[in-house]
Amino acid sequence: MRITDSFQRLARPESTQVPDCLPRLLPAGLPAGPAGLAGHLARYGPPPSPGVDRRRREGLIEEVERSGLTGRGGAGFPTARKLATVAAGHAPVVVANGTEGEPASAKDKVLLARSPHLVLDGAVLAAEMVGAGEAIVVVHHSVRDVVDDAAAERRHAGSGRIRIKIMTGADRFVGGEASALVHWIERGIPTPTSRPPRISERGLGGRPTLVQNVETLAHLALIARYGASWFRAVGTPQEPGSMLVTILGAVNHPGVHEIAIGTPVQQVLSAAGGASAPLQALLLGGYFGKWVGAEAAATRPFSSAALAALGAGPGAGLIAALPGDACGLVETARVVRYLADESAGQCGPCRYGLDAIAGELQRLTEGRTSDLSTLRRWLGQIDGRGACHLPDGVTGLIRSALDLFGPELEQHAQGWCCATRTPSVLPVPLRKQR
Amino acid sequence: MSAGTRLRVDPIACDGRRLCAEVLPELITLDDWGFPIIRDVDMPDHLLDEAREAVRLCPKLALRLDGPRAP
Repeated sequence: MRITDSFQRLARPESTQVPDCLPRLLPAGLPAGPAGLAGHLARYGPPPSPGVDRRRREGLIEEVERSGLTGRGGAGFPTARKLATVAAGHAPVVVANGTEGEPASAKDKVLLARSPHLVLDGAVLAAEMVGAGEAIVVVHHSVRDVVDDAAAERRHAGSGRIRIKIMTGADRFVGGEASALVHWIERGIPTPTSRPPRISERGLGGRPTLVQNVETLAHLALIARYGASWFRAVGTPQEPGSMLVTILGAVNHPGVHEIAIGTPVQQVLSAAGGASAPLQALLLGGYFGKWVGAEAAATRPFSSAALAALGAGPGAGLIAALPGDACGLVETARVVRYLADESAGQCGPCRYGLDAIAGELQRLTEGRTSDLSTLRRWLGQIDGRGACHLPDGVTGLIRSALDLFGPELEQHAQGWCCATRTPSVLPVPLRKQR
Repeated sequence: MSAGTRLRVDPIACDGRRLCAEVLPELITLDDWGFPIIRDVDMPDHLLDEAREAVRLCPKLALRLDGPRAP
C-alpha cells in the first residue's frame, strides 16, 4: 500500500482528479477529436517514471499483480505474469497490439482514436517495467494518423527515454495473434509461427517480447498512476476493473462502451440504448466466441466466471445482438466462411478442414443436407490442431450455433428459413484477392 | 510408460506426408485430409522405438518427442 500511496502522490498534482467513475479509458461525453497531450495530462496527471531503478520497476509490476489486470485482447492472461517473464529475460522489447483484425470489434480502434496518449503511456510504462528500450505500437490503419500525431506530440514535448515506433498492422484476422504480429514486424508476413519458442522468451529478433493488447496497456497506465485498489474499486473481486465492449446488432446505439466487469448483460445492452427489436440470441466474445440465448444471458454478469456457465466468455468484449427475425445459422455460416478464408493456409487441418467445414455448414443452412454427422466428425478432427487457435475458435462458434439454432436445421432441410430480414447482423469484409 | 514423454507435431511444418501414421498407427491416425492426429497421451515404453522412427522418417522434420525420454 505504501507503494500505491507514493504513486498517487507522485502522479497527482493538486489540479488532477483521480477518476472515480466510468469511463476511465475513454473521454467522458462526446469530444470532437482525440485527447491531446495537454488534455490527457490534465485529466490523468503525469505517469510515474520508474526509470532504471530496479526496485521501482519491480514495485510497479507488483502493483499490476495486485490489481488483477488480465489481457483485454481476448485470452485474459494475467498481465503481471507476462511482465515478470519478459522482465527476467535479456534485452526485451514491448509490442502494443492494436491491430484488432476482428471485423465486428471496434474497441481498440476507438480507444486509439480517442485516448491515444493513454495507450502510449501504457506502452512506455510496460517497457520501463520490463527494462525494454523500445515500444512498437502496431495499430489498425484507420487510426494510424491519430497515433502518429500523438507520438509526434510527445516527441515534441521531449518525453522519455523509451523509443516509440508506430506501425500499421496487417489487415487480416490472424494478424493480431502474438506470433503473427512478431512475424509481421520482423518480416512483413502476418502469419503465426511455430512454437516453441514462446514469444515472451524469444520473440522479435530473438529477444524476449511482451505483446500486450492496447486496452490492457491503457489500464496499466492508470494502475501505475492510481494503484491497484483504485483499479479494483469496480469489477468483481475475481475479475477486477473495467473493460471496453463493442455492442452491435439489434441495439439502438451500437458502438463502444466502457463497463465494469460483472455488469449484467441486460445493463450492458442498455449502455447501447437497449435492444431495438425482440432478441433471440447474443454472440458473446467475438467471432471466436459463443452464441447464447438472449433470455438466458440477460441477467448474467458479463464476466468470465458468470458466462462460463453458459459455455461462453467475454472474450475481446464483443456483444452482437441477434434479432428474432434474423437466422443464427445463416449468420454463423457467413462468419465461418469468412474465417475459413482468413486461414493463413499454413496448417493442413486449418487450410483444408476449415474450408470443408464452411462448405458443409453452408450446405446445411441451404437445406441441401440435414445430416450433421460429417460436420460433427470434422469439428472433432480439427480441434486444437493449428499453430494458432483459429480452428478452435471456429469449432467453438459452430458448436454453440448448433446447440442454440440446431433445431431450425429441420426447417432449412424442408426449404424454409426463420429469417424474414435480409440485411445481415454480423459484419464480414468483402473478400480480398490475395 | 515414459512419464511426460509426448509426440508432438509442428502443424506449420507438417505437409501431410503420412509416413508417421504408417510407422505408429497406435498413436497416429489421419484426418480426412491426410494430416496426422496424435493421441495426446504419455508415450508407452513399448512404442518408444517406433516413435523415434517416426520422428526420424518425417521428411518435413515436423515431428518431435518432448519430455524426459526424448532422444
